[in-house]
Amino acid sequence: MGILFEDGNFALFRDGFLRTVELSLISGALALLLGVLLAAFRVSPVPVLRAFGTGWVTIFRNTPLTLLFLAVTFVLPRLEVHLPSFTLAVIALGSYTGSFVCEAIRSGINTVPIGQAEAARSLGLNFGQTLTSVVLPQAVRTAVPPLGSVFIALPRNSAIAGAFNVDEIFSVQQTWVDRGYSTIAIFCWIALAFLLISTVIAQLFRFLENRLAVAR
Amino acid sequence: MRTRRTIAAALSVLALTAVAACGKDGSPNAAQDTGSKLPTYQVKSDVKLDGSPTWKKAKARGNLIIGAKSDQPFLGFEDVAAKTRSGFDIEIAKMVAADLGFGPDQVQFQTVVSANRETSIAGGQIDYYVGTYTINDARKQKVSFAGPYMVAGQDLLVRKSNTDITGPDAMAGKNVCSATGSTSLARIDTYHGKPVKYDTYAQCVDKLLTDEVDAVTTDDAILKGFAAKNQGQLKVVGKPFSKEPYGVGLAKGDKVLQDAINAALKAHEDNGDWKKAYDATLGLSGASAEIPPLDAS
Repeated sequence: MGILFEDGNFALFRDGFLRTVELSLISGALALLLGVLLAAFRVSPVPVLRAFGTGWVTIFRNTPLTLLFLAVTFVLPRLEVHLPSFTLAVIALGSYTGSFVCEAIRSGINTVPIGQAEAARSLGLNFGQTLTSVVLPQAVRTAVPPLGSVFIALPRNSAIAGAFNVDEIFSVQQTWVDRGYSTIAIFCWIALAFLLISTVIAQLFRFLENRLAVAR
Repeated sequence: MRTRRTIAAALSVLALTAVAACGKDGSPNAAQDTGSKLPTYQVKSDVKLDGSPTWKKAKARGNLIIGAKSDQPFLGFEDVAAKTRSGFDIEIAKMVAADLGFGPDQVQFQTVVSANRETSIAGGQIDYYVGTYTINDARKQKVSFAGPYMVAGQDLLVRKSNTDITGPDAMAGKNVCSATGSTSLARIDTYHGKPVKYDTYAQCVDKLLTDEVDAVTTDDAILKGFAAKNQGQLKVVGKPFSKEPYGVGLAKGDKVLQDAINAALKAHEDNGDWKKAYDATLGLSGASAEIPPLDAS
C-alpha cells in the first residue's frame, strides 16, 4: 500500500485527482445547464424545439460515451475544429450527461399536476413564466434523487477521458501498472479516490433532498 | 406524435451513420499480403516437458493459448474480418509453438493489452506472451522472460515533410504523442517535449496525419509498421534513443519452459527462420534488424 509515497507518485495521484474533480465539476455544470434547457424544449409548445430536444436525448443518451469521445477527438479536427483535449472531454461528457439530466427533470415535470400549469395560465402567465415560477420549482424537488444518480455516475464516466489525453485519476492507474506496482495496491488507491468523490456528491444530494423535500 | 417519433429516429440514424463514416478514415486496415514469403515451421513430435506446469496443462488441453497484440501492423496485427493474425511477433510465437510440439491448428491467439499482460500470465489465462514486451527488472518480479528475440529502441515518427525533428533533443516544446501509461510517454518529459496521450498508437498516428501533433514516439519496430502502412506520408527519424529488448513472457519460475523457449529461439535464429520471418514482416519497411544474443536470466 506504500506506493503512494514512493518516487513522485503522490504528486501524480494528487494532480490526477484534482483533474478528475475539475473535469467533473465543469462538465457537470454544462450538463445541468444543457439538461434544464433541453427539458424546457421538450415540454415547450414549439414543435421545432420539441423535436430538437427529443433528437438530442435520443442521440446522446443512446451513444456509448467512448464513441462520443472518439467522435469529438478524431472527427472535429477533420472539420478544422482544433480544441484542447480538456475542452473536448467537457463537450463529450457534458452533452452525454445533459441528456440524462434532461430526462430526470422531465420526469419531475411529469409529476407536477397539469392543473398547476392550467391555473398559472389562467392567471395570465405565459409559457416561460409558468415554467420558471410554477412548474420547474416543483419539478426539481422530485427530480433530486434521479439527478443524484446522474451526477454520481459523472465522475466515474469521466475516467474515459484518461484515454483521450486528459491526465485524470484513472490514467494514473495505467502509469503505475507500467511502472510495475502491485495491481491490488493500485486498484485500492484509485477506487478510494472515486469512492471519495462519489461520497461527497451523494452527501450533497442527500442534503438537497432533505432541504427541498415537500409533502404532497 | 408519430411525426415526432419519426424525426427522432431519422435524426439518430443520421448521426450514427455520420459518426461511423467519419471513423472509417482512421481505422487500421493494413494490407499485408505476405503469406507467400513466410517460412513454415517443422512441428516437433517428441517433445516432453513434464517439469513445466504450463506445458503440461497446454498438452492436456490440446492447444496452446498465446497472448499477443492486435493493433500493431507488421508486428502483431489482427485482421478482424478475415480472423487472421500476422506480423513478426506472431511468427516468433508460431516458431516457438512448433518447437514445443504444437502445430498451427493447435495454436490459439488471444489479444491481451499491455496493462493486462502480467495479470494474464500470472493468472494462467495465456501460456506465454509475444507482443513487444520489453524485458525489465520490475516485470521480472512478476513474470519470467525468454529471449530477447529482438532489440528495439524508442524513435520518432514524423510527417514526411518535417525536417526540424531530427532526433530526441528536437522534441523540446513539440507536441509528441504516445500511448497512455507507456514508458515512451514518460521519456517525452525527459526531453522536454509536450506529451499527448491516447489509448492506442493508431490514434496517435491519426493525430499526426491531421497535424495536431508533431511526432509520435514509441519503439522503432512499431513506428516502422505505421510508416510502411502510410507510405509517402510518414517517416521514422531513425535515431533510436533507448534499448528495448523484446522477450517472450511466461509464468514466473517455469524454468523448464523458459529454457525450452530459449532453445527454440536459438534453433530458429540459426536455421534462418528468424531472418525469413523478419523480411516477410517488419523488413518490408526497408529497415534491417540484427539478431540479439539470448540472455537467459
